[in-house]
Amino acid sequence: MAQVKLRNLVKHYDATPAVRGIDLDIPDKEFVVLVGPSGCGKTTTLRMIAGLEDITSGDVVIGDAVVNDVPPKDRNIAMVFQNYALYPHMSVYENMSFGLRLKKVAKEEIARRVANAARILSITELLERKPKQLSGGQRQRVAMGRAIVRDPKVFLFDEPLSNLDAKLRVQMRTEIKKVHQKVRTTTVYVTHDQVEAMTLADRVVVMNAGRIEQVGAPNDLYHSPATKFVAGFIGSPAMNFIPCGLEEAAGGLRLNLGGGIAFPVPQERSQRYRPRLGGKRLLFGMRPEDIFEQRPHMEPGQHPFEAVPEVVEPLGMETLVFFTVGGVEICARVNPGCGARPGAPLKLVADLRHMHLIDDESGLVL
Amino acid sequence: MASVAGADAAPAGVIAQGSMRRDRRRALYWSYFFLILFVVFFLTPPLYMFITSLKSSAEVGAITNPWWVYDPSLDNYVSLLTSEQYLTFFRNSAAVSVIVVVITMLISVPAAFALARMKFWGSTTLATGVFLTYLIPETLLFIPLFKIFAFVNDNFGISLINHWWVLIFIYPTLTVPFCTWIMIGYFASIPKELDEAALIDGAGYFQMLTKIFIPVALPGIIAATIFAFTVSWADFLYPMAFTTSADQMVLPAGIVSTLIKGDVYNWGQIMAACLLGAAPPLIIYAFLMDYYIAGLTAGATKG
Repeated sequence: MAQVKLRNLVKHYDATPAVRGIDLDIPDKEFVVLVGPSGCGKTTTLRMIAGLEDITSGDVVIGDAVVNDVPPKDRNIAMVFQNYALYPHMSVYENMSFGLRLKKVAKEEIARRVANAARILSITELLERKPKQLSGGQRQRVAMGRAIVRDPKVFLFDEPLSNLDAKLRVQMRTEIKKVHQKVRTTTVYVTHDQVEAMTLADRVVVMNAGRIEQVGAPNDLYHSPATKFVAGFIGSPAMNFIPCGLEEAAGGLRLNLGGGIAFPVPQERSQRYRPRLGGKRLLFGMRPEDIFEQRPHMEPGQHPFEAVPEVVEPLGMETLVFFTVGGVEICARVNPGCGARPGAPLKLVADLRHMHLIDDESGLVL
Repeated sequence: MASVAGADAAPAGVIAQGSMRRDRRRALYWSYFFLILFVVFFLTPPLYMFITSLKSSAEVGAITNPWWVYDPSLDNYVSLLTSEQYLTFFRNSAAVSVIVVVITMLISVPAAFALARMKFWGSTTLATGVFLTYLIPETLLFIPLFKIFAFVNDNFGISLINHWWVLIFIYPTLTVPFCTWIMIGYFASIPKELDEAALIDGAGYFQMLTKIFIPVALPGIIAATIFAFTVSWADFLYPMAFTTSADQMVLPAGIVSTLIKGDVYNWGQIMAACLLGAAPPLIIYAFLMDYYIAGLTAGATKG
């Protein structure tokens, strides 16, 4: 068990920067997920923690020691790869025990540890099989088993579920969470899937273009994103962004979204937004679930408007409605029973208590 | 053939399906046409060799149907297998080939691993260079090699000419570059995560090679082994150039230089000797064919 600290971590491939200075403290036993789009530097960061990638500058600290120049085998880490990386010529037992055998651990101890890991992952009956005789999910368990038997200080996961089909991915996600609850090892997990990040993490680190955009608990990131990037990346369907103008109106401030739609700014936010009055390039941000069909009782902060749906996507428990405001496509989540039809005007409500105002130039949420 | 028969036997179905079947049948006919052409082309010489090997010199010289044996006999085989000289050729060939295969593997497997995996400055250029050396024909190499032998003889007093074992040092110039090239391709097709996993598991480069790469790349290694064996078993020019006395010769050179006396060609024995000489590679091919094919086609597709 150990904490992991990254101190101004930088990685350049020749002249191309991949990671541009990352500072992150991961306390002991925490499950941290690095998430971001392709090429954001999350895997490179993980590989630097593993020792598979040289560090251009900065420090990686595992436990209390700087491990920049420590080879991977001496960092006491275990890594699970996207394509499992099981040794194809070895049985499951041999795969799981390979590292321990290299360390010349006693046979009885190896057997005990493998049996224990196999029990945790329910793969005891697969121990004699070769990787090619296993399904994708079973292979992934074996890869995790190989990590568990080493009893490492830190678990590193590099997009471990990307090769699995959607159903199995959900199942394995739960398994990984269960395993972490059992073994409580500090874990750094890389994924591009924000749902995976939200469901697994104690804390999520959102990365973009080699930098950390925001670090926080899943719900904090969802409800209080710091930047437009985080607001747009976390959540599915993504948050709606509409260019807007901030104007003075009777009794407070008003957001003019164009297309004849204007919303009053909630009283408690007026003070915060007032300095931006008349400012340019502002974006109004609102999640699809904060735009819904009009209900008999409206609460304070909710504001009605009318839209003509262009596309209606029924998902069973909810229906997604797409319409255009000021030339921008907007998504709303409505009740399947509200009778939304393409082309038929629909009375909707925006819950302005959950709105965001974003400076489009700096990308910061105001 | 079964699928062609199946297509014929099937009842006339939907037109679209029928046209697909017709296309498939036409493709199969052409495939068989060319396959038969190839088989005839490549199997006729060994068949002719076999027929001739069963004939006496008198029958070979007689004006009869050359494709038929009127008086078959195994005399040619018996006289070869009881001839000390022929068995010496065989022994020399076997010793040279086996040792060359071992030397080739000991050099080319680690070399290929280093070139494919341990990225170092110039490794890509070096890998291409290794292959380029294979492209230099032996007909160009044997004269400089002769000069080197003369140099060694003049300066160190070691005579390298006319010793069967000298082939052990020469053949690797042909086998090592190609085998290294095959193995580079094979090792490169092994996912990089496998060595990273081994690295994290605590394996050094040597353990990575012996415990992961060699077992995983076994089909490739077998393909390279077969290649090295075939080259050193069948090479003609080097033994012809570097060995002269009968007790130092290997099969290909020995057959030609001892069974052709002046302008007298003992065709029956020559053919029998060649067929017997071709047997060991054939037997090895037959046993390792599946591995060989897997080795040559590995990496062609993902997964």
